[in-house]
Amino acid sequence: MTTMTQTRGRRYSSPGVLGGMGRAFLLAAYSPRFLFALTVFLLILSFGFLGPIILGRHDALMTVGGLYDKPSSTAWLGTDNFGRDVFTQLMYGIRTSLIIGFIAGSIATTLGLLIGTTAGFVGGTVENVLMAITNVVITIPSIVILILLSIAISTRSIVVMGMIIGITSWPWTARAVRAQASSLRTREHVDIARLSGAGTLSLIFSEIVPFMLSYVVMAFVLQLSSGILQEAALSMLGLGPSGNVSLGIMLQWALLWESVRTGAWWAFLPPALLLTLIAFSLLLLQSSIDEIFNPRLRRS
Amino acid sequence: MTKFQRYLLNKLAWFLVAFATALVMNFLLIRLIPGNPVDAIIGQMAAGGTATGEALQKMYKAYMAEFGLDQPMWKQFLVYLSNLSRGYLGASFRQYPTPVLQLIQQALPWTIALQLPAILVGWTIGNSLGVLVAYKKGLLDKAVFPVSLFISTMPFYCLSIILVYLFAVNWRIFPASGGYSFAMAPGWNWAFIQSALKHYALPFLSLVLVFIGGQAVGMRAMSIYELDADYVRFSRSLGVADNYIVRYIFRNGMLPQVTGLALSIGGMVSGALITEIVFSYPGIGFLLFGAIRNQDYPVVQGITLIIMIAVLTANFLVEVAYGIIDPRIRAATAGER
Repeated sequence: MTTMTQTRGRRYSSPGVLGGMGRAFLLAAYSPRFLFALTVFLLILSFGFLGPIILGRHDALMTVGGLYDKPSSTAWLGTDNFGRDVFTQLMYGIRTSLIIGFIAGSIATTLGLLIGTTAGFVGGTVENVLMAITNVVITIPSIVILILLSIAISTRSIVVMGMIIGITSWPWTARAVRAQASSLRTREHVDIARLSGAGTLSLIFSEIVPFMLSYVVMAFVLQLSSGILQEAALSMLGLGPSGNVSLGIMLQWALLWESVRTGAWWAFLPPALLLTLIAFSLLLLQSSIDEIFNPRLRRS
Repeated sequence: MTKFQRYLLNKLAWFLVAFATALVMNFLLIRLIPGNPVDAIIGQMAAGGTATGEALQKMYKAYMAEFGLDQPMWKQFLVYLSNLSRGYLGASFRQYPTPVLQLIQQALPWTIALQLPAILVGWTIGNSLGVLVAYKKGLLDKAVFPVSLFISTMPFYCLSIILVYLFAVNWRIFPASGGYSFAMAPGWNWAFIQSALKHYALPFLSLVLVFIGGQAVGMRAMSIYELDADYVRFSRSLGVADNYIVRYIFRNGMLPQVTGLALSIGGMVSGALITEIVFSYPGIGFLLFGAIRNQDYPVVQGITLIIMIAVLTANFLVEVAYGIIDPRIRAATAGER
């Protein structure tokens, strides 16, 4: 990977060319941390998406017992404050949280990539204006905008939640992508492509974006994780998706109905641990991708 | 005008633009609620039977006059600005006519007393730990790094919940909720301080642990980067003592960490919102939680404004400090380069 010598970012190297991707996959296969993180995440994912189908649990909001029934052979993780099965809710909660995270992450990464590459590649006034907007948005704490927006939209579907979180969390990606794009712009292969008559769009998509791919993937993984945690935080403030179960909403009910203080551990411990596990596996995934693409981080 | 003054002026201009945007957002977003917030809350109060018809009508009139809600948007904004310039954030819906500012003033000291020590202690311990493990490597690194990584990725409210369960419910070492014993009135006497300290321990611990973890992970990464730098190799080849090298690394890795410190102090007000909810700790987070549940919009709006002011001001101060501390910016602004 000859491009390594031209890195500009402090922590992120520019990725290999697409040809280097094959080698990256090979390295990934031999990185135990990467494999471990991926396995954990996929397990959680399939628990949330396949679990309800395999186990035939179709309604998370069905009452099956009383207030905080202890775990039993019918309700594996007991019941919550409304007598609903915690285990079933956990599967649906993971599903909601992951979907919101995916929507938020996709929107944030796309916006960040779009704004960042445009600013970095086009330069001039466009860059100044876009970065001015980014710098202003970055300084305004996103939790405030999230709270105000969520209050203003009184019925929040899963999609709306994801969108709200997505449109408040793109600025960091935009800033980092801009830095990379403006350094990539001066590379020789871009000049060659330009001389061969490639248009701006084609230059961006075939000469700039592929070289930032590893960074974009890492940014997405982090946005996904932070989207899930933001949803949990909002839900615990009482601003979660309406009419749905998410990990955050489970925690909110558990706190409101004093499950912690009455010792009903099955109501709060599983969602808390799962949130942690999701965040941890995603961070591990991100840092192992970083290690695969950036040899300076590999330590013997 | 020197270059440094121009740098300051530039940063000040940015601060003002961000501040203006924040004010507009804070004004506009809350008015996106269908109808208007006063209608919504009065309707709900009437349905809930929490207030008599006459009292409701009085409140309704007072609010309409106070926020000028029957007037066009731009006039409302002027009313909002003139209220703010007088330091008036409106009155709470639920505890009418208690001013929002008074509620915030009651809650803010609790939040600051909880957060500031946690941030400072966590920052100091975390950074020292980060440099140490990066430099020593080996077993220490293998043990400390995964643990700090795990703790720092753990959402702090999850850690809070687990700590409450273990220490307050299971082992009954600390009280489970509140900022002080409910049997007492706040005051500067020994019994009250003792009770407050007892209630302080768990929320403090849950914040400080997460902070230590996060700082250690960040500082370790910075230090590993610095360890690779030429000056470290050169010093090593000269046989400079280890603790001197660690000190060099520390100073060089410090700059982003100082930013982090300043930003967390700025984000202090919003940093522990949910921890406070978990512990029913009488700070800003708990106030916000209640306000959201009761649709007490003036209180919500007041709190979001305070959070924004704190964060924006901290950002601005960091930029100013960078102009003074960072030799690169200093050189550029002084024209030394």
